[in-house]
Amino acid sequence: MSGTATAPLRDAALADLQSLKRRHPDAFRTLDRRRVAGLFAVFAALALLCFGLWRLGFSPGLLLGGLGQLAWFTGLMLPPDPGSWSILLSTLTGLGETLAIAFLGTGFAALLALPVSLLAARNTTVSGAVRFLTRRSLDTLRGVNTLIWALIWIGVVGLGPFAGVLAIVTIDVGTLGKMFSEAIEAADGRAAEGITSAGGGALHRIRYATLPEVMPVLAGQALYLFESNVRASTIIGIIGAGGIGLQLSEMIRTLEWRAVSFIILLILVMVALIDWLSARLRRAIAGEAPGQTA
Amino acid sequence: MLTSPVRLPAPPRLDALDREYRDAARLKRRATMGVAVAVIALALFSGWLVGADPALLARRLPVFFSYFDRIFTLDGGARAWTDPREWFWGLRRWLRLLGDTLLIAYVGTFLGAAGGFFLSFASAANLVSNRWLRGTAKRFLEFCRTVPDIVFALIFVVAFGLGPVPGVLALLVHTVGALGKQMSEVIENADRKPIEGLTAVGASWPAMVRFAVVPQILPNFASYALLRLEINVREASVLGFVGAGGIGQDLMEAIRKFYYADVSAILLLLIGTVMLIDLGTERVRHHLMGAESRA
Repeated sequence: MSGTATAPLRDAALADLQSLKRRHPDAFRTLDRRRVAGLFAVFAALALLCFGLWRLGFSPGLLLGGLGQLAWFTGLMLPPDPGSWSILLSTLTGLGETLAIAFLGTGFAALLALPVSLLAARNTTVSGAVRFLTRRSLDTLRGVNTLIWALIWIGVVGLGPFAGVLAIVTIDVGTLGKMFSEAIEAADGRAAEGITSAGGGALHRIRYATLPEVMPVLAGQALYLFESNVRASTIIGIIGAGGIGLQLSEMIRTLEWRAVSFIILLILVMVALIDWLSARLRRAIAGEAPGQTA
Repeated sequence: MLTSPVRLPAPPRLDALDREYRDAARLKRRATMGVAVAVIALALFSGWLVGADPALLARRLPVFFSYFDRIFTLDGGARAWTDPREWFWGLRRWLRLLGDTLLIAYVGTFLGAAGGFFLSFASAANLVSNRWLRGTAKRFLEFCRTVPDIVFALIFVVAFGLGPVPGVLALLVHTVGALGKQMSEVIENADRKPIEGLTAVGASWPAMVRFAVVPQILPNFASYALLRLEINVREASVLGFVGAGGIGQDLMEAIRKFYYADVSAILLLLIGTVMLIDLGTERVRHHLMGAESRA
């Protein structure tokens, strides 16, 4: 249908081909420099992929065998079923522990991160050197994985959820310290100026101008991190730092596939619930924000 | 205050206003107190649940801080940096494992990005009108990214055996979920006009996607994939904790068996590598963003 309508146009363009080529050389060049560079990048990426597959020991036999096993396990996972009351009870305890670890970890990290972030923010810090040192320390805390911190804390306070709480606190002081300091730097400076003009000192500025303004933002960020920590604290049990991860890894190692799928299902439900609740709370805080600053 | 031009209302009205202000302030204070009490109660309950022991923490806190002293001390008692050869005695092995870690992250990100790329089209509301297909794709992506990659690694280690292969596959699945969601959001925000144009000239669905959507989203896609690579390098470094390859296994052994100097050596190598990767990908991303704004 459209072929007949465009045919005269196409014939005209073909007749005028030489002139078109002269007027729009770029449109007719099949291999310009950007394209060659792009092709080269794609080729290099594929070569690295092939090297990686070979180096890491991928083979069709291994993949097929593994996928067969996986399909077999998936079949065994249905229907999800804890198997016994004691496993159900330990699963629910594990879920409670997971939530408690995330809650305590985020809460104490927020308490510790607040003073630190004041030192790391340009408008509230005492000196440039202190700001630089604080920021680098926060980077280091954040740069080490939660699981590594958990292992280190297990060495200090022993196996159990308490080590998990401390691991989450450690990494989150780094994360929240950075997020808080950025929120503080983004604060409107006029309120602080007002305090200065009324004769207030640096601490007055922080207490009566900066904090009331940024507090709703900080609370929202802490809640957001709480969501992410619920996910993180589901896995630290794998290395013995408390929470549902312990039960999950035990069930996987003992090949109790129905219990595995049951636990994973519970984790998914819990994460969805927490996300929903936290999103509602964050909206409520954000809605309250203008009232609080007024 | 005495020179203020503001005229105060008559005393009875003033008293009423004052009372209202006090009531409002009291109400707000009460709400704040209520939240504080709830948070403290929750914290106490959580503390009881996890067996938090502040006394134990206070007693052992010096051990935590001296840990950073010990990991920079060699077995002989000397400071680690006085004898780099002794400190980094396993450099060859660690570099090889570190290379494996990077390859695990790269292969997992590459294949996962490819999978997420294709699934993101199926879950974009502006491209697929079939609600069942779209819903299935969305739920699948959600499942892939909500289950932590290390849980997938645990299961895959049982199915595929110890080694880097289950690690790669675990990162792959998680990357499909994370990138698929991000990309379908980018696609849903894409400009509709090229899509309508190509549909109007009778292009098939694959051709429409290829020429109307893909050119719009490619720079964004590459940028997100590079960000995911940064995340996956960090994740790959701990996959060894569950036997899924890379340097994690050696790191876990060093921490558990108290090979203090090894811990600091491996951690320094890891942090250095992560920083290098971040710098590299950041440069590429800026380049891509520049290309996008030129286009």
